[in-house]
Formats: sequence, structure tokens, C-alpha cells
Amino acid sequence: MQTRRETIQQSMVVAGLLATAGFPQFAHAAFNKVGFDAKSVQDAVKAYGGGSISESKDVTITGPDIAENGAVVPLGASTALTGVKHMLVLVEKNPSALVAMFHVSDAVDANFLTRAKMGQSSDVYAVAIMADGKALFAKKEVKVTLGGCGG
Amino acid sequence: MADPMRIRAQAAGDKATIRVLMSHEMESGQRKDAAGKTVPAWFIQEVTATHNGKPVLSAEWVPAVSKNPFLQFAVKGAKAGDKIAVTWKDNKGDTRTDEATVS
Repeated sequence: MQTRRETIQQSMVVAGLLATAGFPQFAHAAFNKVGFDAKSVQDAVKAYGGGSISESKDVTITGPDIAENGAVVPLGASTALTGVKHMLVLVEKNPSALVAMFHVSDAVDANFLTRAKMGQSSDVYAVAIMADGKALFAKKEVKVTLGGCGG
Repeated sequence: MADPMRIRAQAAGDKATIRVLMSHEMESGQRKDAAGKTVPAWFIQEVTATHNGKPVLSAEWVPAVSKNPFLQFAVKGAKAGDKIAVTWKDNKGDTRTDEATVS
């Protein structure tokens, strides 16, 4: 038999869960939208709170020089710096430049590898947004051959 | 419900490298079908990872990530026997969580 007090406590817990689960998602959705709509590298960086971007040797982007298949281009973004807040992977000439955004916590290395789609040959960027708002990037040109014959 | 993810977690030194292969269409919203209608975008929006239940990573993705996405990252302080769970959520609200043990 459940007392009234227990019922109220339970509903409070549920309400609390809903609140914590619900609100960040809305915040995320809004965030995602801004980054997603960003057409250029700089706009995408701004959407995640970064200032003007500057090139840095401490950030590395890995990717193939020539991608035979633009639908699957392995791209890696890494940095050895500490105090990184977000790590962004961008393809400059895609309809929306941003590919992936990672929230970096203390528990993970700022070193991510994923695969991206590329519509055409373009510069790809790895951007590290530091806790102080500085945005450091590395870029690399990736050529996409549509023929898929390895040429 | 979508197909299971394939997760491999390997400890090396004081960290573990996690490799995840998700099974998802990742439709870009740019393609058109035979009738000339745009195929609506369908993609993984949010990826989160936990280490022994503690959130360690969250990521936001857009359709520019490849079909059947691959993700590699490293968790500091993870050792053999630890549990790594990865969750994704797509823009249709579908979600999937899979767990792996660090070896």
C-alpha cells in the first residue's frame, strides 16, 4: 500500500527528472541549430562561443590527401593542449561547414576520429575552442575524386 | 529500434581507446529520390559516452557525418573491466545505448 506521502515524493522525483532531462535538450537543440546553420568556419566557431580563429601548431587535423570516396572521409582532430572546451571538425565547402562538435571533459583526451561526408575537394579544419574563448585551428586540404577509381 | 553498435574498448597505459561503429542511415537532407522529392534528413544528433556510469563525452553531429558513423576517442583512467556505454539520439527521437567492457 502506498501512502500519499510516498506518492508525492515519487511524483517530485519524476518531475525533477523531467526537468533535468528536458531542459538541456532544448538548449542543445537550439545550439545545434546555430552550428548547423553556420555556412562558414568562422560562423560555426562563433556559434560555440569562440572568438576569431588563429592557426596553431598545437592542433592537428588528420585526413587523407586524396579521398577516393567523398561519402566516407576519415578525419581526426586532436590537440595536446589543456583547457579545451569544444573540439570542432569542419569541412569548408560543405553546405554547412560543421561536421561534428565534441564537448571535451577532463576525462577524455582531446583526440577524436570520425568519418565525414565531403561534397567536393575542400579544406578541412580542426578547431579547438579553449575555455577562455580562444579558437585555434589546423587545416588540411583533402581532394575528393568522385570517380572512385583511385585516380 | 536500430541495430546494435559495435564498441571496442582497449586499455593502453593509463587510458583506454574506444572505437564505436554505429549503424545509422545518416540521410543528409540534400539528396533527392527518383521522383525528385528531397529525402528528409535523418541523422544522429547527439552522442554521449559514459565511463562506469559517469558521463565523459558528449558530441553534437550534423548530417555531414558519414553513414554508419565511426567514432574513436580515448578515456583517461579507464582500465580493464571498466564499463563504457555509448548512447546516440537521432533527429527523429530514436535512441540507442550499448555497453562494452574495457579489455
